[in-house]
Amino acid sequence: MTNGHYGPYGGRFVPEALTAALDELDAAFRAAKEDPAFINELRALERDYTGRPNPLTYAKRFSEHCGGARVYLKREDLNHTGSHKINNVLGQALLTQRMGKKRMIAETGAGQHGVATATAAALFGLECTVYMGLEDTRRQALNVARMKLLGAEVIPVTAGSQTLKDAINEAMRDWVASVDETHYVLGTVTGPAPFPEMVRYFHSVIGIEAREQILAVEGRLPDAVVACVGGGSNAMGLFSGFMEDTQVILRGYEAGGDGVETGRHSARFSGGTPGVLHGARTYVMQDQWGQTAPSHSISAGMDYPGVGPEHAWLHDTGRASYEPVTDAEAMEAFAILSKTEGIIPAIESAHGLAGAMRIGKELGPDSVVIVNLSGRGDKDVATAARWFGIDLGATVSNELSPEMREGR
Amino acid sequence: MTRHVSEAFATAKAENRAALIGYLPAGFPNPEQSVKLINAMVASGVDIIEVGLPYSDPLMDGPVIQQAVDQALAAGTTTDVVLNIVKQVVDAGAIAVVMSYWNPIERFGVEEFAAGLEAAGGSGVIAPDLTPEEAGDWSVASDAHAIDRILMVAPSSTDARITAIVGVTSGFVYAASTMGVTGARTTVSSGAHELVARTRAVTSLPIAVGLGVSTGDQAAEIAAYADGVIVGSAFVRRVLDAASDEAAIEAVSDLAKELAAGVRR
Repeated sequence: MTNGHYGPYGGRFVPEALTAALDELDAAFRAAKEDPAFINELRALERDYTGRPNPLTYAKRFSEHCGGARVYLKREDLNHTGSHKINNVLGQALLTQRMGKKRMIAETGAGQHGVATATAAALFGLECTVYMGLEDTRRQALNVARMKLLGAEVIPVTAGSQTLKDAINEAMRDWVASVDETHYVLGTVTGPAPFPEMVRYFHSVIGIEAREQILAVEGRLPDAVVACVGGGSNAMGLFSGFMEDTQVILRGYEAGGDGVETGRHSARFSGGTPGVLHGARTYVMQDQWGQTAPSHSISAGMDYPGVGPEHAWLHDTGRASYEPVTDAEAMEAFAILSKTEGIIPAIESAHGLAGAMRIGKELGPDSVVIVNLSGRGDKDVATAARWFGIDLGATVSNELSPEMREGR
Repeated sequence: MTRHVSEAFATAKAENRAALIGYLPAGFPNPEQSVKLINAMVASGVDIIEVGLPYSDPLMDGPVIQQAVDQALAAGTTTDVVLNIVKQVVDAGAIAVVMSYWNPIERFGVEEFAAGLEAAGGSGVIAPDLTPEEAGDWSVASDAHAIDRILMVAPSSTDARITAIVGVTSGFVYAASTMGVTGARTTVSSGAHELVARTRAVTSLPIAVGLGVSTGDQAAEIAAYADGVIVGSAFVRRVLDAASDEAAIEAVSDLAKELAAGVRR
């Protein structure tokens, strides 16, 4: 990585008005990384607030569905707020304070990043505005309520496809106009430099812990580490711990939606091409004219037409590989984990679990696989109930919004 | 025969006024009507036309231009169609530059786009999300095809940054009047004056001010210190509000005349 680039990917493609803020952020990030006071403060928050280190759980009964491989779950679902997103947000909230800014804004798809940002804003006494596509506010009504309870303002975005990409557009527009007092807490390893590098850094704790934990329990490195890849932050955090261990397979699983062949998916590496989106060059779902193509996934957090630029480079160099997982495969893994381990995963994470089932069969018995369980599934209960045809019942459904009753 | 933006600035300077630059998305509300609208703007006093290349994710644009661009895309305005519209308005006498986010140009092919725009008679390109650091390939292609590279400076740009930007700019420098997205504002930020002065200190290129300008009075105010005045959303708004195609043509003509009088005060 040089100057925010990963081979031809990454960089900064932004309006000039944002250059000064990105330079300021870059300088603050680099200074903070070298400042023991900052690191101590971050580690204390991770320990006392997030609840780190979280466990690496051997999933004995789930492993029986994975070709006999021993599958371990990295339990980001047990973090405060229920996903890995808090790792990045606490780091950026500390930076917001150091830069003397009083307001944080964020985009969110599934709502996990929005909830994490609203949480950190409450903890640090900062103002918070979260942009969320109107379609996603319906799919994830529970998280909208959580953000509001935490004191954040949630702005539904009605432009474009009304999903994550449009929420990012709107957050960028806010930021250009408010940059003096506002920090944009980008939620994944995408966007203009230094965001991809910085967000990876704040999530690297996932990989560091997982590596120590697997060595302690297995006495050896895993054969593969796998994760779902929407923007790619949970995967980048896990992969980073094993990047130099070249014998360890790194595999990311993208949202295959209804199947890549149907065109209704979010599989950038199977169905996209290099392009520029949201400030970075990376793989993008786009038409022949460079217009962003609509993406699809049952999971709001995977429904994004771009991907982190470092993933693009890992893909091209072959250090990591990426495969699509369909909605149906993800939901099958969702059900299996729930029933074999008593853990309901986020549907995003279920794509990684489906991947573990696939790669476990590939690698065979005696292999060791770590899968990042990046989030818990409470937010997805209505969607899953609809998928599996579970009747929520009259009593329950009366307490739910029409959108939730329909599982949207 | 291509006429370049330098010609428009030279003419304006000789007449002791600022140049008027007007923006409209190509293909808005449809390709045929957009050509008529642009021709009407030019006939009514717009010196340089900024032909917008519609893009699905215009993150520097406010709601007015977003709405227009959505209509243009729905009407089938591909990059080929944009280049054809440039050719039509240049043939009708316009000096035209293309305003485009970077991805459609990269996807079309950097060299191919420069060649295509040269063939269409276009004079330059404004790419609001292309920074000097990322402009290497574009510098080569645009030089090879005599296409001006019009980059932006902003109130937050440091002096060192402005020097770097004007170093790779040709034609004119686009000074963003305010920190924000496109859209009409009741007052144009006083920061614009200072930005123009800071830019003037490091370049002899003409400097045009845009973002938020919508009236003849604002145009006159900016013309007092800048070489060009850029108006976009206000033209788009006139078209969105018009009851018919004919009324839209009349409305953009009226606005062009008001602004043209403004830069001549």
